[in-house]
Amino acid sequence: MFRSYEDHSKWCVTQKRQKMDSNEATTSESVSKKRGKTKKVKRKVKPDEAPVQEMDQAEGEETEKKSVSGPCFPPTFSVSEIKNKQRRHAMFLKLKEEKRKQKLELKKKKKKERKALGDQAPPKEVPKTIENQRIYDETTVNPEDEEVAFDEGTDEFSAYFSRLTNPKVLITTSDRPRGRTVRFCEQLATVIPHAHVYYRRGLALKRVIPQCVSRGFTYVMVINEDRKVPNGLVLCHLPDGPTAHFKVSNVRLRKEMKRRGKDPTEHVPEVILNNFSTRLGHSIGRLFAALFPHDPQFVGRQVATFHNQRDFIFFRFHRYIFKNEKKVGIQELGPRFTLKLRSLQKGTFDSKFGEYEWVHKRHEMDSSRRKFHL
Amino acid sequence: MQHDDVIWDLIGNDSFCSYKVKTKTQQFCRNEYNITGLCNRSSCPLANSQYATVREEKGLCYLYMKVIERAAFPARMWEKVKLDRNYAKALEQIDENLIYWPRFIRHKCKQRLTKITQYLIRIRKLTLKRQRKLVLLSRKVERREKRREEKALIAAQLENAIEKELLDRLKQGTYGDIYNFPIHAFDKAMEKQEEETESEEEEDEEEPVTREFVADDGFEESDLSDFEDMNNLKGSSDEEEEAEEESSEEEESEEELEEEKTKAQSKGKAPLKGPIRKKRAYVEMEYEQETEPAQKSKAT
Repeated sequence: MFRSYEDHSKWCVTQKRQKMDSNEATTSESVSKKRGKTKKVKRKVKPDEAPVQEMDQAEGEETEKKSVSGPCFPPTFSVSEIKNKQRRHAMFLKLKEEKRKQKLELKKKKKKERKALGDQAPPKEVPKTIENQRIYDETTVNPEDEEVAFDEGTDEFSAYFSRLTNPKVLITTSDRPRGRTVRFCEQLATVIPHAHVYYRRGLALKRVIPQCVSRGFTYVMVINEDRKVPNGLVLCHLPDGPTAHFKVSNVRLRKEMKRRGKDPTEHVPEVILNNFSTRLGHSIGRLFAALFPHDPQFVGRQVATFHNQRDFIFFRFHRYIFKNEKKVGIQELGPRFTLKLRSLQKGTFDSKFGEYEWVHKRHEMDSSRRKFHL
Repeated sequence: MQHDDVIWDLIGNDSFCSYKVKTKTQQFCRNEYNITGLCNRSSCPLANSQYATVREEKGLCYLYMKVIERAAFPARMWEKVKLDRNYAKALEQIDENLIYWPRFIRHKCKQRLTKITQYLIRIRKLTLKRQRKLVLLSRKVERREKRREEKALIAAQLENAIEKELLDRLKQGTYGDIYNFPIHAFDKAMEKQEEETESEEEEDEEEPVTREFVADDGFEESDLSDFEDMNNLKGSSDEEEEAEEESSEEEESEEELEEEKTKAQSKGKAPLKGPIRKKRAYVEMEYEQETEPAQKSKAT
């Protein structure tokens, strides 16, 4: 094919030049006109097509001068109409590249304008987040609401909050727990002070609960297991308190934690409850708060956090240390897990005849991405 | 005519029977009327013209009997007798109905009845106990929940939130006197000094006759040294003061501090500008030149 090296090199050079021209032609010339020929022009340059290319080049240059940003397509054109996958992909990438460039230019322009205006520049726009766009829940608690304060003074937790009772927690599982669940229970018992783990021997909860009441327990925690992994939590406040049923996910035991500290000590930890804003959130928050004794021992420097974000409650257990008055270091000990509330029932555990205060109904409540209930 | 032996020859040991299930050690019979469930000469319902079984339907036991007289009428072949619910009475009934029948069949019927009653009792006991309810998980929903949880976790920024909460608690003083940071003491000393200067100024104003050169409002000697540090300290001390409940006396000192802050900042800006602004933005540019590579290679 090539007679000598010289010829080959010359051929290469001409190839390059023609390739550059063909590139111009493809970018500037609308694809709708020359769909069949664009790729061919790129790969095999035939001397026959040279005159055609020159024509296109001239046209291409004109159109390029007109539109600085990129190729102009007829308004009804869309990338998805190209049947050839490779070409379609290439066109799509080009389109994306253009859009990105346009966006960058816009950004630069805005920045310049802002700089030019200086003080008179309009305030910076706040990006939309899901928390910003959350649909306002009418049951959101106002901190000064008297009705809420009255309710909280007379509900089931009032005994705890007026310091009449001390918490005592019973932790148990569903039937025949596997190793992971057992270890999870043990670790929970170290995190929550005054917690006792009991093996469930196929006993009915309805029979267990009166026995617990008689022995002075204030909470029963049942960890449900499925396929060797804890996946549910029933938290029942005892004298005749509400029963909350949660879905548990992402359980991490202590030895699976990275960069964790030593085991938690016996000191009473502090409690942080974040983002419980609605009435329902408030009652759940109090449910968690009443798990722990009143007076945290600050000497222990341990803190248990229940953080609600978009209806998921994240539990973390940390040890903190104040480096100076502006900096605090935290180190995670202890298990971590996420909870999602499934139902809240008045009274102790009674799934059939209990009165449900709140039940998660998937079709009604999950339809909007901006609506949260806690 | 009913030739049991011939039938057994055809379907029995090592022959084909559609009800037969063969395992390594044993042969089972899947015929629903079989009394023992094994494939034997004596327990095959097809190869025995006189046969009886006990079967259970919806919690009730029935005795089925087959006799050679009815072998020609398949529709009426099996005689069904309802047995009593009482176990002892049912046994008597079996004896009564299968009187003069071979011992083997009588014995096996009674055994079968025993087993059936036992498992019926067990069923009744279990239904009274708690039963596991299997809740169906929708895969789509589970995946959606998992993704939402991940996103929520990222949005939560847990460490920051916890740190912020702890620092707020520290400022509010819930920890009391446990943490003594040196800056606290310094700020308190600063406040004391300002109080003193205030009282001094008031005294001076009350005596207009004697001339004295008095310090300006808000001027202090310590102002001159270390602009940056002063800014930080005063900033923190401002916050501290805002957090604590104060009487009206110290409100004036707050205002003075704010003025000092702005003054210090304005003073501080000039020297700071110099050292910081040495870096300039620069752009790297690459130049490419098209050379003829073939010529080079040809030279070698």
